[in-house]
Amino acid sequence: MPVEKVIFYCFAALMLFAAFMVITSRHPVRAVLFLVLSFISASALWLLLEAEFLAIILVLVYVGAVMVLFLFVVMMLNMNTAPLKEGFSRYLPLGILIGVLFAGQVIWLLLDNQALLPEWRSLQRHAADYNNTEILGRALYSDYLYPFEIAGVILLVAIVAAIALTFRGTKSSRKQNISEQVKVTKADRLRIIKD
Amino acid sequence: MFSFSAILPEIFVLVMACSILLLDLFVIENRIAIYRLAQLTLIGAFALTVPLFDKIPLLAFSGHFMLDNLALTLKLGAYVLTFFVFLYAYDYLRLQHIKLGEFYVLGLFSLLGMMVLTSAGSLLTVYLGLELLSLPLYAMVTLLRDSKLTSEAAMKYFVMGALASGMLLYGISLMYGMTGELILMHVAEASIGMNLVNQSIMGLGIALIVVGIAFKLGAVPFHMWIPDVYSGATTATVLFIASTSKLTAFALAVRLLFNTFGVFFEEWQPMLLILGVLSLIVGNVVALVQTNIKRLLAYSTIAHMGFVLLALASGSLGAGLFYILTYGLMAVAGFAVVIALSRAGYEAQEISDLKGLNRSHPWFAFLIMLLMFSLAGVPPLVGFYAKFVVLDAMIKAGLTPFAIIAVILSVVGAFYYLRIIKVMYFDTSDAQALPQFTPNKPMRVALSINSLAFLALGLFPGALLSYCFWVFA
Repeated sequence: MPVEKVIFYCFAALMLFAAFMVITSRHPVRAVLFLVLSFISASALWLLLEAEFLAIILVLVYVGAVMVLFLFVVMMLNMNTAPLKEGFSRYLPLGILIGVLFAGQVIWLLLDNQALLPEWRSLQRHAADYNNTEILGRALYSDYLYPFEIAGVILLVAIVAAIALTFRGTKSSRKQNISEQVKVTKADRLRIIKD
Repeated sequence: MFSFSAILPEIFVLVMACSILLLDLFVIENRIAIYRLAQLTLIGAFALTVPLFDKIPLLAFSGHFMLDNLALTLKLGAYVLTFFVFLYAYDYLRLQHIKLGEFYVLGLFSLLGMMVLTSAGSLLTVYLGLELLSLPLYAMVTLLRDSKLTSEAAMKYFVMGALASGMLLYGISLMYGMTGELILMHVAEASIGMNLVNQSIMGLGIALIVVGIAFKLGAVPFHMWIPDVYSGATTATVLFIASTSKLTAFALAVRLLFNTFGVFFEEWQPMLLILGVLSLIVGNVVALVQTNIKRLLAYSTIAHMGFVLLALASGSLGAGLFYILTYGLMAVAGFAVVIALSRAGYEAQEISDLKGLNRSHPWFAFLIMLLMFSLAGVPPLVGFYAKFVVLDAMIKAGLTPFAIIAVILSVVGAFYYLRIIKVMYFDTSDAQALPQFTPNKPMRVALSINSLAFLALGLFPGALLSYCFWVFA
């Protein structure tokens, strides 16, 4: 067996195991850590496809930033997961049935080698001067300019929506309102008390 | 390769949305100015879109952007419906002390998503447009932040929406895996003459995509979120979800099922038929027992979406377009009535709140009567012609048994629309408890125009009808 295949099967198995543990672990923190593991094995698979830039970004952004944030949230909320698991055993048989049916269908279809496009049936090897980052950059700013810009707008909307939902006015901010300060009159500041 | 003139309306809406966002923050103290700017944006976008009819059909940005009759028509329809939505929402937002800037900016962003989706040329832009359309809506549902009911509605809407997007994305990824193409036209070409295995994987992908579309349209059995969201959400947002976003669900169905997977018509036609008939049954029968106006309109939406699905299943896109456009107008008027009846700190929810409306406000009772007759499909109102063209298309496509089911269920559905009319005209209540209409003048005028349009379009349906069929000619 060529070395790529060994690496592929190792990391694919690790990824499946980690993904399975994410949904079965009893403790949310453990689930998040397993999610990190599955991301790392995914990035190893991407390295195998010579998509170095994407693999590194996956580790930096998802593992480094998103998952750490996730971990903080999970730890801070200190969730009681018992009520979430209440209906678990009742729905388990139905869930397993649908899952097995669906997975079986997909696997059965994909086992047939004809199902894949010719160029995807084996690993593609690129020349030594192949630069994944450069190609990605070129594609993003030429062919994919329009979808790329829309993705940017979606991020903007996410910020606006999040602030709209959480911002409740700056009651405690200590800013100066200069026009108010200029308009102030003697009567506003001075109270003369006669006895 | 880049033809920026083709996406001028999109650029305009984006720039205006960002400008309003900043102006709202730093410059404008006067709240009505925000509202006027938002409406000006819609008028401007309309004016920029109309000249594009000379340029079609057009592919731009390496095929990710597509301009054709359908895209332009749905965009124009979306501007008009959004105009009504913004107008009706104004009073409600002020009464409920919701920040105008947030609602209108998010609304414009959502409209931008609809524009992207209606002229999507690739699987990627279909998905991005859908997300851009839904994200602002999730937030808009719960702009009444201190109400538990709206938070619950938003949570349900968000989880269901995410699930639907996930399904759609899974379907799209299977399509990409089988064809290696993202551009819709290329996917369509690649799916002709496929081998059997690939065809069955495509079938799986199509099933997932149909599920995604059914979620967005709110067809049974993917309808559970509709009544809860409609009754719980901020009413101004429901206006938007019920009218404009349905247009886009139609665009989604046409772009993916017809433009891309037309070859697999035999695969997805039965799915749409089942969804359509189930929606008609559940929508019409469950609506019979509703006492809450918003829930009743929600179930009526489900029933109407059943008709749209049947129109799609019979392959008559013109009939579907006519139905969805006229339904959008009716839905916007329906929820405007709910808004018109609400006052500060009080929202009219129950059908019994309409009791004796004819005595206090005969003109509005008349308008609501027009609306209800139109929703029920009574001639000579436009709702009748919408149902008529769909039934006609179904019989022509050889789906007569389904057409008969649809007619029977429409008759069942007529009961609850007529009950509202009965409550308004024949039920009496004591003078103090008579319902009060408190809308401002623009809203009164708009509601009158909106409802009289049902009569006008019903008496002279020819122009719109032939236009809808011309779009797909």
